Amino acid sequence: MDISYIVFIPLIPLAVFLLLGIFNQQIKPAVSGYIGVLGLATSAALSYYAAYQYFFVSGKVDGVYPTFVEKTVWMNFTDTLHIDMGILIDPISVMMLIVVTTISLMVHIYSRGYMHGDAGYTKFFAYLSLFSFSMLGLVLATNLFQIYIFWELVGVSSFLLIGYYYTKTSAVAAAKKAFIVTRFADFGFLIGILIVGYYAGTFDFQTLNAVNPEGEGLLFQWGASSFMGLSVITWALILIFMGGAGKSAMFPLHIWLPDAMEGPTPVSALIHAATMVVAGVYLVARLFPMYYFVEDGFALNIVAYVGAFSSLFAAIIALTQTDIKRVLAFSTMSQIGYMMLALGVSSYKGHEGVGYMASMFHLFTHAMFKALLFLGAGSVIHAVHSNYLKDMGSLRKYMPITNITFLIAALAIAGVPPFAGFWSKDEILVAAFEKNQLLYFVGLFVAGLTAFYMFRLYFGIFWGKETKYHHEPHESPMSMAFPLLFLAIMSIVAGFIPFSEFITADKAGFEGHLDLPLAAVAVGTGLVGIILAWIFYKKENDLAERFSNAFGMFYKWTFHKFYFDELYLFITRKIIFNLISAPIAKFDKKYVDGTMEGIGNKTVIISEKIKGLQSGRLQDYAMFFVSGVVVVALVFIYLWT
Amino acid sequence: MIAGISIYEIFTLTSILFFIGIYGFITRKNLISILISLELILNASAVNFVVINKYLYPDVLQGVFFSIFIIAVAAAETALAVAIIINLYRQISSVEVKDTEIMKY
Amino acid sequence: MEKILFYILALIMIVAAIASVTSRKMLRSVIYLLFVLIGVAGIYFLIDYNFLAAVQLTVYAGGIIVLVIFSVLLVHHIEMELEMAKLSKKIITAIACLVGLGVFLATIYSTNFNVVENSKTTTVEDIGRGLLSYDAGGFILPFEVISVLLLAAMIGAIIIGKGDKLTKNDDTL
Repeated sequence: MDISYIVFIPLIPLAVFLLLGIFNQQIKPAVSGYIGVLGLATSAALSYYAAYQYFFVSGKVDGVYPTFVEKTVWMNFTDTLHIDMGILIDPISVMMLIVVTTISLMVHIYSRGYMHGDAGYTKFFAYLSLFSFSMLGLVLATNLFQIYIFWELVGVSSFLLIGYYYTKTSAVAAAKKAFIVTRFADFGFLIGILIVGYYAGTFDFQTLNAVNPEGEGLLFQWGASSFMGLSVITWALILIFMGGAGKSAMFPLHIWLPDAMEGPTPVSALIHAATMVVAGVYLVARLFPMYYFVEDGFALNIVAYVGAFSSLFAAIIALTQTDIKRVLAFSTMSQIGYMMLALGVSSYKGHEGVGYMASMFHLFTHAMFKALLFLGAGSVIHAVHSNYLKDMGSLRKYMPITNITFLIAALAIAGVPPFAGFWSKDEILVAAFEKNQLLYFVGLFVAGLTAFYMFRLYFGIFWGKETKYHHEPHESPMSMAFPLLFLAIMSIVAGFIPFSEFITADKAGFEGHLDLPLAAVAVGTGLVGIILAWIFYKKENDLAERFSNAFGMFYKWTFHKFYFDELYLFITRKIIFNLISAPIAKFDKKYVDGTMEGIGNKTVIISEKIKGLQSGRLQDYAMFFVSGVVVVALVFIYLWT
Repeated sequence: MIAGISIYEIFTLTSILFFIGIYGFITRKNLISILISLELILNASAVNFVVINKYLYPDVLQGVFFSIFIIAVAAAETALAVAIIINLYRQISSVEVKDTEIMKY
Repeated sequence: MEKILFYILALIMIVAAIASVTSRKMLRSVIYLLFVLIGVAGIYFLIDYNFLAAVQLTVYAGGIIVLVIFSVLLVHHIEMELEMAKLSKKIITAIACLVGLGVFLATIYSTNFNVVENSKTTTVEDIGRGLLSYDAGGFILPFEVISVLLLAAMIGAIIIGKGDKLTKNDDTL
């Protein structure tokens, strides 16, 4: 299969970014929107073509989907250790190509309506294209270092997008927070990469993930050196997962995600629903054989537990938030926790790898319906000019399309059949049930919570109390409605894709089937959640308030996101700044700088004193010269010999 | 050869002249005076050349030639120096050294 | 006889030289220099280099001194007294010069010169042949170089001395 044209999938958005970025002032907003959409549409078309070629034309070789790599050596360190630049095509990268380009295209189309009339319209599209380029480059990376480069590019472009309303202090703070927190996590990632580079002697994914015919990883030989009871490669994997957890907003590095909702809503849909936040999942999936085989998957267990805990934690917080975008943000965090959990409980071979498949499946369907939720929320915000639930209610009368699509998305995420979320979530629960019952019950509980808070949101926005609006809310323009409809269709049909045939850990594929009892339990839990939400929020009543009062303290803690922001602030300000940084800064200023400045000042003072010697009079110089010659002559004639 | 006069005595004389020239070069405050001191230094060296030629290597004439060249160079130098001094005088109406110390910038 | 002559000349030269560098009258200083130069010419006569003595007299005493006198008359009032250096500077310089002189003399007197006794007379013809010879040891090349140098100095002196045009062009001074 010829894959060279795939390189254009990321390069086209890059070209669009350069075009829009350089001619920012010259291009009319209307034109720039079309350029952005056109560029992404081309990329998307190429991605679909590539997927068709890969899965159906090229197909399996020896029962396995092959991996195509095209790369050039960029920096050469040793024979095995070199940094390449290239593209890698295998089932998950093809799937990610489709996800990223589809969502990005929808967001581009949607932004033409949402950002209409904004002063930085062209700039916004330039940033979107830059982000798409970085994300696609990340997806196609052939080695750890290349993925790291694009990883950072994604970080930068998300920083730009979150801080897009740079005149708003909160947006600037949020952008900085997101950047610093993910950067901190990436530090771990980098150390992990370096450890892998040192001990394994290669960055290349194919070498790192190599598996011998007996189905064992070839990585055990690196387990020799150990540190604190674990092999160094396990440590490296944990550190790499730290990077992934930072980008994917896993506990405890999740604090940036809710604040990042300060960015424009299409940005939230693109970055915080479908693409950037799943980068961490993608990273773990990319290195899955490594995670699974090194030391019997110790690092993978960590992934599972962190995922499960984040999922539960975020779902609980989402119950109490009143900013609709924040609810969605915590929901995203929760769902990504789900994906991590699924990866964590997966095995490698055949049907035991159902968790891996389920994780990728959920990534795919979640991208569709979460993007839809965000875009729907954006549509609502566009109509009522507020983020808060208290300003909304009974919008179903004014915004029929948004209402229907939002409902579809909510049903999908709640796991109601036949919507997409049901299929993928079911696979995750199956995987968890087979491997670890505790995690299964956590997942099940989270599924119920998810259904509850999503329908709390849905009823709160579209039903509930009659709200007086300043001006009549209206349905969004076609450019915004079209992506909603498209994604709604995707949210319905995506679940019917036989994912297990295409994307599995060993790339061989297996016959997927529905585990009926487990599915029934999951659907039942989801329905309970929906019914509870219906009772609480369908009509305006004080039930919810009485309930929250009953919980009292717990409600307050949850509402404040368990005070994690405050905790981090306490640690950074009080402990790191005051106790460590401030004394060091003082030492630096007083002694290090002081010494240097003292040397400088002394030089100045001495020069001030001796500058009279440079009188500019020839005769003075002549006198020094003559005296000097006499002295030198004396020395040479009488002392030297 | 000067009958009864050894080379040491002549060297003593030229050394004294040389250092008088240096003394003048350093202490005088006028450009023309400096030029005069310079002539003293030059003459002292020229005499040395000639005397060494005559006393130590009477068969050749190199010392004499050197003296002739020194005289020629001195003439050229004096002509230029006088031209510069006159030009300077036209511009700043002074030939004092203290007025021409822009070398320090 | 020659010995006495030499001592008289030496005395005159030293006194005149000291007077030349200490006199506060510009013109007198130049005239004292003239005495020194004539004394040098006298020494050339004494050691039988008549041509050199003649050159010394014509070029120095006749040319350079006149030139200097002209410049003195151009830039000075005759009766103007020169500003003198600070005493401390004079003393320091004098000490440095005396020490230097001491070093010189000590070195000279501790060296054993290989003096060749002779009474050779040099004719102008010898000097002319030596200067214009292009055999080994001939001085034709330096001779030509000196002639070019003199030409350059002449042109330079004229251009600098002309002044006006230079002043207009040279704004920085």
